[in-house]
Amino acid sequence: MTLSAVDAVDFAAVDLAVLAHTRLTVPGIRCAGCIAKIERGLRNVKGVDGARVNFSAKRVTVTHDRALDAEALIAALEKLGFEAQTSENNSHDQSDIESRILLRSVAVAGFGMMNIMLLSVSVWSGAGGVTRDLFHWLSGMIAIPVVAYAGRPFFASAVLALRHRRTNMDVPISIGVLLATGLSVYETLTGGEHAYFDSAVMLLFFLLVGRALDSAMRGRTRAGIGSLLSRMGKSARVVAADGTTYSVPAKDLDVGMVMLVAAGEALAADGVLEDGRSTIDNSMLTGESIPQAISADDLVYAGAINVSDPIRVRVTAASSDTVIAEIAQLMDEAGQSRSHYVRIADRASRLYAPVVHTLALSAFVGWMIAGLGLHQSLVIAIAVLIITCPCAMGLAVPAAHVVASGALAKRGLLVKDGSALERLAEVDIALFDKTGTLTLGQPVPELDHLSNEQKSIALTLAQSSRHPLSRGLARALGADGILPATVSSLSEKGGEGISGSWVATRVALERADVVGSGLSTTLRIGEDRIAIPFADPMRPDAIETIHALQACGIDSRIVSGDRALSVSAVASELGVVGQGELRPDAKLALLDTLKAQGRRPLMIGDGINDGPALAAAHASISPSSGSDISQQAADAVFIGRGLMPVALAVIIARRTMRIVRQNFGFAIAYNVFAVPLAIAGLLTPLIAAIAMSLSSLVVVGNSLRLARNERARPS
Amino acid sequence: MNVLVYLIPVALAFGGAGLAMFFWAMRNGQFEDLDGAANRILIDDEEPKE
Repeated sequence: MTLSAVDAVDFAAVDLAVLAHTRLTVPGIRCAGCIAKIERGLRNVKGVDGARVNFSAKRVTVTHDRALDAEALIAALEKLGFEAQTSENNSHDQSDIESRILLRSVAVAGFGMMNIMLLSVSVWSGAGGVTRDLFHWLSGMIAIPVVAYAGRPFFASAVLALRHRRTNMDVPISIGVLLATGLSVYETLTGGEHAYFDSAVMLLFFLLVGRALDSAMRGRTRAGIGSLLSRMGKSARVVAADGTTYSVPAKDLDVGMVMLVAAGEALAADGVLEDGRSTIDNSMLTGESIPQAISADDLVYAGAINVSDPIRVRVTAASSDTVIAEIAQLMDEAGQSRSHYVRIADRASRLYAPVVHTLALSAFVGWMIAGLGLHQSLVIAIAVLIITCPCAMGLAVPAAHVVASGALAKRGLLVKDGSALERLAEVDIALFDKTGTLTLGQPVPELDHLSNEQKSIALTLAQSSRHPLSRGLARALGADGILPATVSSLSEKGGEGISGSWVATRVALERADVVGSGLSTTLRIGEDRIAIPFADPMRPDAIETIHALQACGIDSRIVSGDRALSVSAVASELGVVGQGELRPDAKLALLDTLKAQGRRPLMIGDGINDGPALAAAHASISPSSGSDISQQAADAVFIGRGLMPVALAVIIARRTMRIVRQNFGFAIAYNVFAVPLAIAGLLTPLIAAIAMSLSSLVVVGNSLRLARNERARPS
Repeated sequence: MNVLVYLIPVALAFGGAGLAMFFWAMRNGQFEDLDGAANRILIDDEEPKE
């Protein structure tokens, strides 16, 4: 016991010097079992010191020996049954830092507000003379550092806006807070009656809460979405002249090099197949789930996954010239138009700021003319600024957005940010991609003609293969509760199928003999051959979703890159207009035409070929089974087999905007009552504080109604 | 009113302690994985014997 303890200490001491941390993204973490399995499993790997799963971020931080690299860890995770990728950025990213700063500011402002309120209440209840002066001094000493610390997010943004000769919500806030603090300091120094420290700090606190909510919402969705292009091969094994191979990073690949691509590997560049044959999974590029057979001289594209046999590919286009990179470029340009969208809060503040500033100024000038004196006029002008400072407005939008996005997340739709919700509420036409969006994008076998015995043999064979059809077969049979039969000496031959022996009979899952009539595979038992056809079924609630959208006044259309024939079949089943054989740029052109007509299209798609259209549409949604790129380009991602979250997104987004408008209406109504009081010079710090908290509470309360409505409604 | 001499510093100290605790918790990563803790409670302490 003692001996082993000493050993352990020694071991740790040696390890500490050479330990490294690696972060891996593991999208498949779904339950407590996954956490336990990963953490225990990784600890058993040689060279791994510890592993810690971050469930919210779907991330594993591994502490390990430097000798071990990320590849080995990914392989270890694969063995445990989890797909993993190296985390793009090993440190915290930009918005993570932003939300931390906001949270800290909220805490500081909250601390300041509580203590200053404590002192202010005594002043309000009649403390006079020395006590009042002392309390003002104390309040000032707390408020000045608090304003300096917690006000930074607003000051920075206001300065930035002014430097670009624009104005935003933060300009009146900053001016109001700074003037209120400055005046209060002056009042304190001269032993005056009123100090507005409490109002200034309270204003900051409420506004910061709004900002923090907004940033928390963005952070939550980011975790669920993979990084752009992460599936594209990051490096390739290149065959040298003497036949040896060496690894080359994707960006250093050159035209003419010959890559050796192992089965299961993603291609890192576009190229031509040199020799041999294989099947490739092009789903990343086209969204098509069906693997394509390729033979010598066929073109293959970066991002495709080689499914069956090792192949040699001569590079024809590398790094930024690949088709996938060109699509990414197209997407970038298409996304530009969306960045011109002005959020409702900023639109409101464009009208609001000039009005407020004019009011404050005219109050000042008016009272000067009336002969009240410089000091008193200034106090009144600042009171106007404080009372009109958009406390309720700053909360109106984020509070409603956070509640709505929480309600949507429970129904399987992750919205990326508030601007997405605003745009979703405005759409008036929906464009659906077909494969993988309206349909499930997974091959599902028809099994009714198989006996149970045949089914269990098929299950055993299918389980042992990584071919997409086999996986679909295994999934369907497993769901039926079929138990696998005992099949021995299993062997898989790429492009042919998988075979084995069952009770001295040769059994196999083979490539179908019939070519052309859709997707199918052949189950062979001895001399018997049974065809198993596959179909890509429609999502179960596709028709209901189209109807629900119709009820909102949104027409649906199908725009697909698939053959016109199969598109029109689906279109007539759903009762909508369908267009097939559209290339990515044709989809983009269609969107532009619609936009020119003044429509606001909602694009729903899953493939990389939909990427540009997703980025260009007024709003866009992608299924979580879609390609990484489409998820990156879309405003929202829906999870699961149902399509209904798409319709719900629009319905809830519209309801949210109704609430937001009510909140704005309330904030304006409140100003209509409060501003005359302030201009008349009747506003004391007490009234300002009460009015401000009341208006904020009403706005938050109104937003919470959104969550209650959602609960009351049956799902 | 002399009691204020004690009470105000005490109030400030309490508030400050709360603030310090919050900052510590943030730096310590207590808010990194809010859903994880709820799930971890379901994990058995005893590792399955291999």
